[in-house]
Amino acid sequence: MPSQLKTLLPLLVVFIVIFFVARHFLVPESFGKYGHYRANAMDEIADLPIHYAGKEECVACHDKEAALLASDAHAGLSCEVCHGPGAKHADDPEVNKLIKPGTREDCGKCHNLNPARKIEVIDQIDIKTHHLEKENCIDCHNPHAVWEMKN
Amino acid sequence: MGNEKLNASRRNFIRKSALLAGTFMASSAVKPFSAILFAANEPGKTEPWYAIGIDIEKCIGCGNCAKACKSENDVPKDPFYYRSWVEQYAIKNDGTMSVVSPNGGIDGFTQTVPDDEIYKTFFVPKMCNQCYKSPCVQVCPVGATFVSPEGVVLVDEKYCMGCSYCVQACPYGCRYLHPEKKTADKCTLCYHRLKKGLKPACFEVCPTGARIYGDLHDENDELHNFLKDHNTQVLKPHLNTGSKLFYNGLSSEVR
Repeated sequence: MPSQLKTLLPLLVVFIVIFFVARHFLVPESFGKYGHYRANAMDEIADLPIHYAGKEECVACHDKEAALLASDAHAGLSCEVCHGPGAKHADDPEVNKLIKPGTREDCGKCHNLNPARKIEVIDQIDIKTHHLEKENCIDCHNPHAVWEMKN
Repeated sequence: MGNEKLNASRRNFIRKSALLAGTFMASSAVKPFSAILFAANEPGKTEPWYAIGIDIEKCIGCGNCAKACKSENDVPKDPFYYRSWVEQYAIKNDGTMSVVSPNGGIDGFTQTVPDDEIYKTFFVPKMCNQCYKSPCVQVCPVGATFVSPEGVVLVDEKYCMGCSYCVQACPYGCRYLHPEKKTADKCTLCYHRLKKGLKPACFEVCPTGARIYGDLHDENDELHNFLKDHNTQVLKPHLNTGSKLFYNGLSSEVR
């Protein structure tokens, strides 16, 4: 080996050592366990809190409403479709109340006439003309049993 | 003499090649390089391999999915950050097209094209396609986004440096830069819910059952029947992204 290279050899070794020491401190824990990423990130994402409790959680307390819901056209719906996210309510029902929608706009989100909605999938009305003598949909319809009309 | 020299150098070449290959293989077994070993192995079937089905015939454009997604994942409420949203397509009689998505469909849709001009119209719910050959994962310079062993594309918030390269790489427009965290953000298929045994939020609140998710490894899964019963299509198949979001009734106009 030429002498000029021999003198550079220790320097090369120093660089390699620095590289490995730096790598040891810079590469985060669990990086590369499954691939080119931090495996712990998956656990961190999995630990995030939930906001929607799921229908089973609702039915555990509100069994009457659930039975009524199962009897009519809205049977397939999850409670949180209309009432919004309910995980906080499930934790502390006294403090965190859920919304009770029922206006023409609320129901119209699904049931307002729209040419892109297939009539075989969903019943539709024009919220601007349908029974204008009443203000809100829930003045006549019981949202849990839609065809059980109120007077 | 010429032949001898040739043979000697050939032997030399083979010897050196073998040495090089051996060194490479041995070093790949060393822990810092275990990713190479992982990549060389076919992923096992121990984990589910999630995919999504959306039935456009059943979508009524209520926007519940988009709304629930924002609540569940604390997505900024401003009308340009979405992990999941709904578009209304209207193909007119003259062949032109109108695509609207007012606030991602959260506030509902009002008809913008007069009835007599419409040839056909339909809703298309959009979300991350959970591609297994993701362009967004390929371009990440630091390894902050990845396909999890369950086939879900995730972002490592702590590792992302907010270069937005992935935002422009996604051909489906499914990523955005979070305005406060300054990191890339996207649909996680509600990974935190899946791990707790719950449905993803948008699937939970879909009133017509237009959305199905399932495990492609499990042949008794609902999604398998959906794929068998329907003629499904992925978005932009020519890009070969390995999209795992299958649409039924997808018109060729949809982009």
